[in-house]
Amino acid sequence: MHLTLEFGGGLELLCDAVKIHDVHVEPPVGSEKMTMRDLLLWVQKNLIKERPEMFIKGDTVRPGVLVLVNDCDWELSGQLDTTLEEKDVVVFISTLHGG
Amino acid sequence: MAEADGKAQKDAGRGGGRLCCICQARKPALKRPKTLQQICRECFYAVFEAEIHEVIVENRLFKPGERIAIGASGGKDSTVLAYVLSELNQRHNYGLDLFLLSVDEGITGYRDDSLETVKRNEMQYGLPLKIVSYKDLYGWTMDEIVKMIGMKNNCTFCGVFRRQALDRGAAMLKVDKLATGHNADDIAETVLLNILRGDIARLSRCTSITTGEDGPIPRCKPFKYTYEKEIVIYPLTPISFYYYFSTECIYSPNAYRGFAREFIKDLERIRPRAILDIIRSGENFRISTSTRMPEQGTCERCGYISSQKWCKACVLLEGLNKGLPKLGIGRTRGPNAEPKQDQMPNGSRSMASKQCGTLDF
Repeated sequence: MHLTLEFGGGLELLCDAVKIHDVHVEPPVGSEKMTMRDLLLWVQKNLIKERPEMFIKGDTVRPGVLVLVNDCDWELSGQLDTTLEEKDVVVFISTLHGG
Repeated sequence: MAEADGKAQKDAGRGGGRLCCICQARKPALKRPKTLQQICRECFYAVFEAEIHEVIVENRLFKPGERIAIGASGGKDSTVLAYVLSELNQRHNYGLDLFLLSVDEGITGYRDDSLETVKRNEMQYGLPLKIVSYKDLYGWTMDEIVKMIGMKNNCTFCGVFRRQALDRGAAMLKVDKLATGHNADDIAETVLLNILRGDIARLSRCTSITTGEDGPIPRCKPFKYTYEKEIVIYPLTPISFYYYFSTECIYSPNAYRGFAREFIKDLERIRPRAILDIIRSGENFRISTSTRMPEQGTCERCGYISSQKWCKACVLLEGLNKGLPKLGIGRTRGPNAEPKQDQMPNGSRSMASKQCGTLDF
């Protein structure tokens, strides 16, 4: 499926200083739907080029990284269990520096 | 936004079809860390701005007719502060003259970019901007200082110089007060750091919403109770869309503060109220009156407030100009070396352990 991923607040520096990525991601083998959990694994493997610890801690984003799925706080849609759909826009913003 | 509207239907399913806790009409867009309420964008802007107005009124931060400088770094906090203060000033007739005040530390590739954002804010909000530079005030840019002293202790220079630069800029603008963008997360982090460092003097004043009322330019923090998460979400909107710059200072790895920050964010994830609770704890510390506080005087050299013969900036500058950059770092005191009665016994006035990056408390 096609997704638009946007990195901000310094996170873009971890993926070649590119803020917006139009990507094509397939759900894991044997699964019909794609969740944020799957997407985070994919991003880590395919987009993050350096300092992954700035983005991920344990199995989820590092505390202080804000996630919006279609302009909506992912805390409302189930965080890692959020199901993604075609053409969704996912935004990751680090709040950890820059006053 | 048209695209987002088109998706509203299918997103409703994902959000569980709940409605905003406040208006009971629209789909919620975020979970407020302060209250755990699920609210929509429209209600979020209203409640975000209303709470800051309330803090300003309850704490009497400003008086009608005052000239107020907003410490503007180009970062998210000060950019949102400049926008919200100019909105509230008009909406509620505060009667304030607002100015933007920026410090140019002279860090190539860092501050010059963020100053562009401040210049953009000057145009967008119609607020006059004053930029004071380390080069003009002290004769040194941070680039030159780092070239001389290396990457160690450079935050000491920057922190001391910035504090004074803001005061000097504020004096040039003839403002009555300086408002800074420190948010609730920043303050909780500072409470924690001051406990870890055993810095009683700073612990007792770091939670004050207004500080320096006895000094030349009082400072206040209208975002004292505002969560960083909400400040970050606030500008991501069609109604008040503007740009902000965000990056880490190239000279400041800031490890110690970074650990405290991460700890605060870990706590927030488990229980978002923890941030406000830490601020509350900081406020409720009763500092024993037998704890000796430094006495305020003025610097013999430049006239700036100082508890020593020379202010910290003058000591550091003397070191730079004489080619002895360690002067004023750690226990070497330079011109202040002669025993003084008001000195604290353990040399706790040393700034060496107090790297603060861009946070002045």
